[in-house]
Amino acid sequence: MKKTPLWFWQIALLITLFAFWHLLTAPGLLPTFYFENDDKAAFFFGEPLRIFKVIWIWFLEGEIYPHLWVTMTETVLAFGIGTLLGLAVGLWLGLSQFASQIADPYIKAANAMPRVILAPIFMVWFGLGIWSKVALGVTLVFFIVFFNVYQGVKEVSPVVLNNVRMLGASQSQLLRHVYLPSATSWVFSSLHTSVGMAFVGAVVGEYLGSAKGVGYLIHQAEGTFDINTVFAGILVLTVFALLLDYVVTFAENRLLKWRPGQSETI
Amino acid sequence: MAITAALTLDNISVTFASGSGHLSQANGYTAVKNTTLHIADGEFVSVVGPTGCGKSTLLNIAAGLLCQSLGEVKIFGEPLNGINTKAGYMFQAESLMPWRSALGNVIAGLEFRGVGKPDAIRQGEAWLERVGLAGFGARYPHQLSGGMRKRVALAQMLILNPKIMLMDEPFSALDIQTRQLMENELLQLWEADKKSVLFITHDLEEAISLSDRVIVLSAGPATHPIGEFVINLPRPRDVAEIRMTPRFLELHEQIWSAMKEEVRKGYQQTKNKLVG
Repeated sequence: MKKTPLWFWQIALLITLFAFWHLLTAPGLLPTFYFENDDKAAFFFGEPLRIFKVIWIWFLEGEIYPHLWVTMTETVLAFGIGTLLGLAVGLWLGLSQFASQIADPYIKAANAMPRVILAPIFMVWFGLGIWSKVALGVTLVFFIVFFNVYQGVKEVSPVVLNNVRMLGASQSQLLRHVYLPSATSWVFSSLHTSVGMAFVGAVVGEYLGSAKGVGYLIHQAEGTFDINTVFAGILVLTVFALLLDYVVTFAENRLLKWRPGQSETI
Repeated sequence: MAITAALTLDNISVTFASGSGHLSQANGYTAVKNTTLHIADGEFVSVVGPTGCGKSTLLNIAAGLLCQSLGEVKIFGEPLNGINTKAGYMFQAESLMPWRSALGNVIAGLEFRGVGKPDAIRQGEAWLERVGLAGFGARYPHQLSGGMRKRVALAQMLILNPKIMLMDEPFSALDIQTRQLMENELLQLWEADKKSVLFITHDLEEAISLSDRVIVLSAGPATHPIGEFVINLPRPRDVAEIRMTPRFLELHEQIWSAMKEEVRKGYQQTKNKLVG
């Protein structure tokens, strides 16, 4: 018997979920069993068919593109800047014991602080444009990457390090040929989380105050109790977050081909 | 010794700052004490001793990876400062860069020295062939077997043409057949252009079958040499066959009787450490 491919079951699960949702919310389809009114379920939970229609019209009439563009720009910028900063600071503190000992309590404090609360401050500093959202995303991404790079530097094999030193590597060659590649594998494991965090930064920022972006669309729809549009925004965001994650996976597979696979045989 | 020795450890003592272990005294843990060692140019010297006696410490001192507390290290008469650039080091544990291919690992040292890429690759492939890994250059370390990784490490060290080879139980992780194969290959490569070798091992048979001279260390702490034996077995040798010869067995018995007591002491200490 030929094995059914995994994606078949994944799509089947998706369709089932939406069918279930439709069944429970479409007015008049099932006798009411919780709400006293037929339309109430649709009011609170939206209807998949209408949500798809909203998305369809968004893309057909092009209303969504400028918003999506803004959100994606913010996400990618936050992701890029946060990752580079995390990498740089992680390498620096990982290599300099003195610096890391001084910075340790501050790093811990900054990480423990709920950084979303900084959003209003960033808005005052950077205005309602994209940069206040980028700044929020950076604060979220930075710490994830930073901690992973820091750990990566600390866990470089001392034997490999000594070996490379015996082969005549200078300090800068050690950094380039040992610390960076070793940290890279740690960075990539953090990037999947970081992509999501960059999105959170962008959308929460937009939600709190902006004139463009998918978060803004959601906020507007919420103001008029248009639950279908809210869900449509969420769905679009989810799909794009998934796409970004695939990009990271693609880059990871290209850059880390030296890593042993799960069941790779020689 | 009239000629300048390739490597001289002159009255070396190594004391680690106290903090760990039950053996720590008020002023730290002395791993090696008053050890003097000469290795002539082109000589193959093995150092044997019970586990945990500070053999690797001695090697790290010779490599310049560790700084001695007292005494002096001389390389061809010159005092050693920092990393020993005349020496190649082969480690007991995995030492290859996992993010570099076999070829990339072999030519790493050349790259660090600024040798042009095409030239480095040409030399690298020649060395891979010499250690029996022609065609494996593109593989990553995890795609190679343990023995193959050791060959890559050997080529990685030899491509820089070091005057002195420091080897820290390099084959101890291999199975016995692969190990004897590697030992024979090492001897062949060594006999081609005699380098000075300081070979650390806990395996007496390995030490005798490879070396010109075997030095026995006492159990730690404060390790020091307690015996020195010249191995006058004919060369070229086959490490598997030479183990059967009467002269080998004679030497083995001689050295073992000197070592036995120290091995027992070393074992007792390890046991006490675990119990205490």
